[in-house]
Amino acid sequence: MPATAPLPQFGDPRLDDVWARLAMVSDPELDESVAAMGFVESVELGADDHVRIGLRLPTFWCAPNFAFLMAHDMREAVESLDWVVRAEITLRDHCHAEEINRGVRSGHSFAETFPGQATAELDELRVTFRRKAFQGRQEVLLRRLLANGFRAGQLCAMRIDGLAALELIDADGALMCQRYLEIRSEFGGPAEDNDRAFTTSEGENLNPKYFTEYLKDLRRVRMNAAFNANMCRSLLQSRYGEAGE
Amino acid sequence: MYTTSDGEEIFVVDAHIHLWDARPKNQRNIHGAQFINCFHDYHSALSPAEYLWSAEKFQHYGSETLYEDLFVNGYADMAICQPTYLKEFYNTGFNTTEQNSELRDKYPERIILNGAFDPRDGEPGLEALESLVKTYGVQGVKLYTAEWHGDSKGYKLSDPWAKRYLEKAQALGIKNIHVHKGPTILPLNRDAFDVADIDDAATDFPELNFIVDHVGLPRLDDFCWIAVQEPNVYGGLAVASAFVHARPRYFAEMMAELLFWVGEDRLLFASDYGIWQPKWLIEKFMAFEMPEDLKAETGVDLTPEAKRKILGLNAVKLYGIDVDAKKAALLGAA
Repeated sequence: MPATAPLPQFGDPRLDDVWARLAMVSDPELDESVAAMGFVESVELGADDHVRIGLRLPTFWCAPNFAFLMAHDMREAVESLDWVVRAEITLRDHCHAEEINRGVRSGHSFAETFPGQATAELDELRVTFRRKAFQGRQEVLLRRLLANGFRAGQLCAMRIDGLAALELIDADGALMCQRYLEIRSEFGGPAEDNDRAFTTSEGENLNPKYFTEYLKDLRRVRMNAAFNANMCRSLLQSRYGEAGE
Repeated sequence: MYTTSDGEEIFVVDAHIHLWDARPKNQRNIHGAQFINCFHDYHSALSPAEYLWSAEKFQHYGSETLYEDLFVNGYADMAICQPTYLKEFYNTGFNTTEQNSELRDKYPERIILNGAFDPRDGEPGLEALESLVKTYGVQGVKLYTAEWHGDSKGYKLSDPWAKRYLEKAQALGIKNIHVHKGPTILPLNRDAFDVADIDDAATDFPELNFIVDHVGLPRLDDFCWIAVQEPNVYGGLAVASAFVHARPRYFAEMMAELLFWVGEDRLLFASDYGIWQPKWLIEKFMAFEMPEDLKAETGVDLTPEAKRKILGLNAVKLYGIDVDAKKAALLGAA
């Protein structure tokens, strides 16, 4: 397999802009960014403010729906930069590369890209995995706070502004907190400053009495994503001889 | 047979092995090449360095290497040969029941031969299943719900035709349904790895055992949830067990989850040979101890008793093996 081509415009600050946008696009299944996973094979600045981006995945058969979502989101994220006229995503070494590349370039929806093979768009799938991401982020944060000495009762009663104001000593914990707060408004009911920080994804309050069981349920979800991320990293490394972060 | 440091003998059944032919001359198209490359990536990603094979050896290792790796060096007393037809990718198939039957005929005391069916073969496939059972006497089948078949990129166990096949299999005396969940099941917009159809099938066929390969990965969470509710659902540990070397903490967390939700009576050791070799998998599995923090949190442990069940006794029950008679037969054959 060819190694990543050296970046031809190394040092151009516009490349940093592009990478910063790509860092915000996640693999929905893993809740990790495509950039951190090592899925971005190359970024090239073409003439007329066109950007060409190579996308590679751990296997030839990675689920086409997730592959499509990533390619689509990468295009959208990079085109949201005001100087970018067009971002062209090229998925390589994938069983549906041709259809996905054509679909994303033409601005087609998923169902239009796979006529007769999809009965609906990917909105529901996206929500399902975003919910898992919410649960996963909440679980690691709750465990960290427990380890830092908080008690279940305090955590169940904590308000969003209280969580945001916590001074977490380690960078790791602060990042967990930031990532959780970013997704809290999407699930868990109202997310104003004085709403509960920790609620179920359906917006129910947590009961300190069942807190341990609740965490155990969440763990199953987060474990799965973590396991998949591990597998994906290892396979990507075997396939292309280098790894993501 | 694995012998512990105290001299205790553990009967080992490797619940998932293959003998395939993926050499270029048997590859029908790009998919055949990509498929074996992908397997080789799994092999490289998780094997200890001293067990790595070249791509060429990996394509075709042959029955004698298999015998050495499993039964001479690999501690296995018996192994279940799971066919994977993949006729869309390989001219004569990747490893069919017919090909595997030669292995069984060569080592009849060692190999349990499983069959396969594909509900998309319709009526003629039902007849073929009957003749498969009569010819080879299989007690189990391996289903690959993501296998390509003409225009179809997969099926579900809850499809009406799948139910007809399961009814037929049960009538023919088949007990064990091994299911591999893979990606690209139609419709493409749904979660391609969804394991929910196993829930339906397990409810509809309480007398059949459903062994979900790779414990439903990458949907471990959904698999655990189904297994809690369906007593006839089992987890095959192929792939999962290979993490014991490269990512021991994840292996520990995963085993804790599985022991908590599924339990030690419904997990089966499997190497997925030739992807991984049972020798190192079993040595590391036997040496593995559940970390204290996980024991405290989940209340489960991977005790010697649990290890014995997972390595062999659970499969012994599913396949009706008489361990003492088998030990005597193997001793006589040696």
